Amino acid sequence: MNDIVVKTEDVVKEYRMGSNILRALDGINIEIERGEYISLMGPSGSGKSTLFNMIGALDRPTEGQVYIDGQNMSQLSQRQIAAFRCHRVGYIFQSYNLLHVRSAHGNVTLPMIFAGISERERNEKAEKLLDMVGLGDRMYHLPDELSGGQRQRVAIARALANDPSIVLADEPTANLDTITGREIIDLIKRLNTEQGVTVISATHDLKMLDVSDRIVDIRDGLVERIRNRDEIEIEVGEVGGEGE
Amino acid sequence: MQQRTPIEEQIDLPFVESLRISFQSLKIRFGRSIITTAGITLGIAFLVSVWTNNEIGVALQESGRQSTINTFEETTEQGISTKDIWLIVMSLIVCVVGIANSMLMAVTERFREIGTMKCLGALDGFVVRLFLLESGFQGFSGALIGALIGTLGAVLLGLKDYGLDLFFYFPLLPAQPENGPMQLGVIVVILLGCILGMILAVIGSSFPAWRAAKLPPAEAMRTEV
Repeated sequence: MNDIVVKTEDVVKEYRMGSNILRALDGINIEIERGEYISLMGPSGSGKSTLFNMIGALDRPTEGQVYIDGQNMSQLSQRQIAAFRCHRVGYIFQSYNLLHVRSAHGNVTLPMIFAGISERERNEKAEKLLDMVGLGDRMYHLPDELSGGQRQRVAIARALANDPSIVLADEPTANLDTITGREIIDLIKRLNTEQGVTVISATHDLKMLDVSDRIVDIRDGLVERIRNRDEIEIEVGEVGGEGE
Repeated sequence: MQQRTPIEEQIDLPFVESLRISFQSLKIRFGRSIITTAGITLGIAFLVSVWTNNEIGVALQESGRQSTINTFEETTEQGISTKDIWLIVMSLIVCVVGIANSMLMAVTERFREIGTMKCLGALDGFVVRLFLLESGFQGFSGALIGALIGTLGAVLLGLKDYGLDLFFYFPLLPAQPENGPMQLGVIVVILLGCILGMILAVIGSSFPAWRAAKLPPAEAMRTEV
C-alpha cells in the first residue's frame, strides 16, 4: 500500500517582475511516498527551489494545491502553518541559514523553544543531536567560528530537533567542497535509512543521484521526467567515470 | 491518500522566553546594537540640548526682569522666540529621521533571520514582539543617555553665557510665570526626550519587523540588503 506523504496538484507559481509575469512553476503534479529519498533536479532557474518552497509551506502557490499528510496546505490557519513548520518539517538550506547570534547549541534548541519543550529536555536533545552530527566538541561555538561543513551539520541537527517526518534540503551541498559535500549527503542518507525520514532535496549535485530513490527532473517549471533508482544506477556508472 | 493526525495549532511562547531571546540577541550583537543605540542617543541629545538651552534662556530672561542680568538686550520678545521654535522643530525632525533610519537599517539587515525563525515555527506575533522588546530597550537606554548628554551640554553652554547665576534660576521643575509662557522645566524635557526616543525606536523597528514577519519565509529570506 502506498503511503503518500506529499502530493501536489497542478501547482503554478507566478512572480510579478514589474509589468512582466514570470511563471516559475507551470502545473506540477508529483506524489512522494513516506520514507522516500527524492531529488528534485534541474538547472538553476528551472523552478526546483520554488517547488521546494511550495512543499515546505515557505511560500504559497498562485494556483493548485499542495497536500501534506493528506492536509490541504492552503486551508491551514497561520498558527497551523507555524506548527507545521515547527513539528512536521526540517529545513536545510544551501546557505545554512543559521542565526549567527546563537551558538550551534542555541540554533538547535530554537525550534524546540518554539515547540514549548522544557529547557532541560531541549538541552539534552540538542547535545544528543550535535553529538550525532559529529559536533559534540564544538557545541557552544558561534556559526562564524565553524567551517561550512560544520555549519551544515548544525543545520541538519536543527532540522531534526522536533523529530520531523520530512526533511527538506535545498541545495545542501552547493557551498561545500566535494569531500564535505559527500559527508553531508551520507549524513542525510543515514537519517533516511535509519530513522525513516522522508527526504526531499532540490539539487544539481550529481553525487546526490546514487542515494536517491527517485529523481524528479524539473525543467522550465514542469516535471520533465521521473526516474527510479534502477534507471539511475546505470547512469551513475556512466557519470561516475567522468566525475571522479 | 490517508488522513493523518491533523495539524495542531502553534502555541504562544511565555513572555520570559521572548525577553531572554531578545536580550541574548542584543548582547551578542553588542557592537551593532551600540551603533544603533548611538543613533538614538545623538538624536535625543541634540533635541534635548536645544530644548533645555531654550528653557534656561527663558528662565533667566524671566528672572532678568527682577535682577540685573543684562545679557538679553537683543531679545525683544518675551518667551520663546521664532528662531528658537525653528531650532527645536529642526532638531525634532533630525531626531525623528535619524532614529527611524537607524532602526529601519537594523531591522532590514535581519530579514533573513526573520524568515529563518518563521521556518523553525515562529509565529508572526512572536517575531514582532522580539523586535518590540529589543528596540524598546535600545530606545529607552539610548534616549536616556542622550537626554543626559544634551542637558549637560546645555548647562555648560548656559554657564558660559550666564555664569553661576544659572544655578539660582535653573528651571528644573515646570513653572508658570505670571505673564510669561509656560515653562516645562528640564526634568520634563528629559522625560519627554526619553519617551520620544523610545516611541520612535519602537515604531521605526516594529513596522519593518511586522512587514517582514507577514512575508512568506521564502520571500523574507530572499531579501538582499
